[in-house]
Amino acid sequence: MNSRILHIATNTFREAVRDRVLYNLIAFALLMSIAAVLVGQISIHIERLVVINLGLTAVSLFGLVIAILIGIGLVSKEMDKRTLYTVLSRPVRRWEFIAGKFFGLTGTLIVNTFFMAIGVFAALAYVSHHFVRSDAWVLAALYFIVLQFVLITALALFFSSFSTPIFSAVFAFWLFVIGNFAGDLRNFAAMTHGVTRALATAAAYIVPNFSDLNVISQVAHGEAVPIRLIILNTAYVTVYALAVLSGAVVIFERRNLK
Amino acid sequence: MTRSQKLTAVASLILIVSMASAVVLVRTLDRSRPQARLQEVLYVSSPKLLKRLSLGYEGLLADIYWTRVVQYFGGIHAHGGGQYKLLWPLLNITTQLDPHLMPAYEFGSTFLCAKPPNGAGMPDEAIELVRHGIRNNPSDWHLYYDLAFIYYDQKDYRDSAEAFLHGSQLPDAHPFLKIMAGQMAEHGGDLATARMMWSATLQNSHDSMIRANAAAHLRAIQADADVIVLEQLAEQYRQRKGHFPENFSELISAGMLRGEPLDPMGHPYRLEPGGKVVVSDPDYLPFLDTGLPEGYVPRHVPRLPPAK
Repeated sequence: MNSRILHIATNTFREAVRDRVLYNLIAFALLMSIAAVLVGQISIHIERLVVINLGLTAVSLFGLVIAILIGIGLVSKEMDKRTLYTVLSRPVRRWEFIAGKFFGLTGTLIVNTFFMAIGVFAALAYVSHHFVRSDAWVLAALYFIVLQFVLITALALFFSSFSTPIFSAVFAFWLFVIGNFAGDLRNFAAMTHGVTRALATAAAYIVPNFSDLNVISQVAHGEAVPIRLIILNTAYVTVYALAVLSGAVVIFERRNLK
Repeated sequence: MTRSQKLTAVASLILIVSMASAVVLVRTLDRSRPQARLQEVLYVSSPKLLKRLSLGYEGLLADIYWTRVVQYFGGIHAHGGGQYKLLWPLLNITTQLDPHLMPAYEFGSTFLCAKPPNGAGMPDEAIELVRHGIRNNPSDWHLYYDLAFIYYDQKDYRDSAEAFLHGSQLPDAHPFLKIMAGQMAEHGGDLATARMMWSATLQNSHDSMIRANAAAHLRAIQADADVIVLEQLAEQYRQRKGHFPENFSELISAGMLRGEPLDPMGHPYRLEPGGKVVVSDPDYLPFLDTGLPEGYVPRHVPRLPPAK
């Protein structure tokens, strides 16, 4: 990573911290504490399951909201405040600006996830008093959640490069929802014929595949996450995020900023 | 105090008083419009639709539904039992969302199978629930154990024996299952079989509720056996003396009993006219079949002292 990208990424991270993004950790800590204490009293035998399911779901949803809400403003906010022109008047290329913003927000989300992960394991230790070997797979689920953040950050940044924040948020959120049905879309495409099949297949492969990035329920039951799935998901997210960021760069390069 | 501080203090006071008043008003409204309370309702009844709507977070949704099952069952049970219309749909949704949620099968089948007022009295649904669990967790012998128990409860000893046998063939299955398969096939309805089943449950479970339930069943089995023996003794006394004893002291004087007989809770048995033996405090023996006083109405919520 070149130094200009690193500077922009660092500033994006600092700005997110200044915007009190990490305050969500307080809400998360409260949620986990209440869940850990309360669930044992209102349900039967699912204390561990709830801590893992609720903890990882909260990590995922909190992060997705942050990724979308901050990601959609990464470009438009800089334009509104006119700071973009100051940045681009220096020897910074537009693609470096996009890349720096992407790495800055992804870094923020990773730091956020790290602290939330500590909260999940602390709550797990509280309800079960000890860790078992299969708890290590929670780390794999957390890794997949980070991969989700990478995808959604890239998408939010992509929409932010040409659309208004409101529409960017709507587009990014709906792509997340549709992406969870990616498997169903592919099955649907396989059942159609002719032009419909071609269109449905194209749509099924264009939408981001979020459906394979959620193993929360699986790891909550102590089931292993296959190494092959980890490798394939990593590769998929890398190439998909690269494609989306490339699209963002193409649009941003051609955008008239005057 | 500055003007700003005064304003803050007044606003804070208004906030607290208003919120407290709002709570009081809502409670008053609830009391005056009981029909407006949430009725038994299932907004989304399709497990498949719910799974789609959960956007991949079906594990958490299943936990929420399982908690809803517990609260629903507990709420009706605590108020004396009644219609458990939503119990089966809720359990179905829970286990469709998360087919590996074992407590939902273990406890859910008990909730469904138990006769009212202790449960919903829906053994067919209980069997369907556990069979769904077996389809999704074929290597877990506990589910066969639960299935065998439901069949046993329905006095279907042949299917119970079969379920025990299937379970016993799984790797890691408890050796008790093989013994029970044979015992059930030969002596399904015996008290000895019942004692074996509940003893095994007491020994193998770490859950305090299950252990308390098993201990209560074992006490009831012991009391059932005591009542049978004591009534036989009263009958033998009648054959010797020409009349039934009026109390246990007469049996003791006749050398037929060593001392005042006590039930498993330590309460004395009562000998009634006609040689009938009853327990003096049936509330503590909720699963008793024999020895119940005439006209006794069981408590809505059985007393289950913790298992030792």
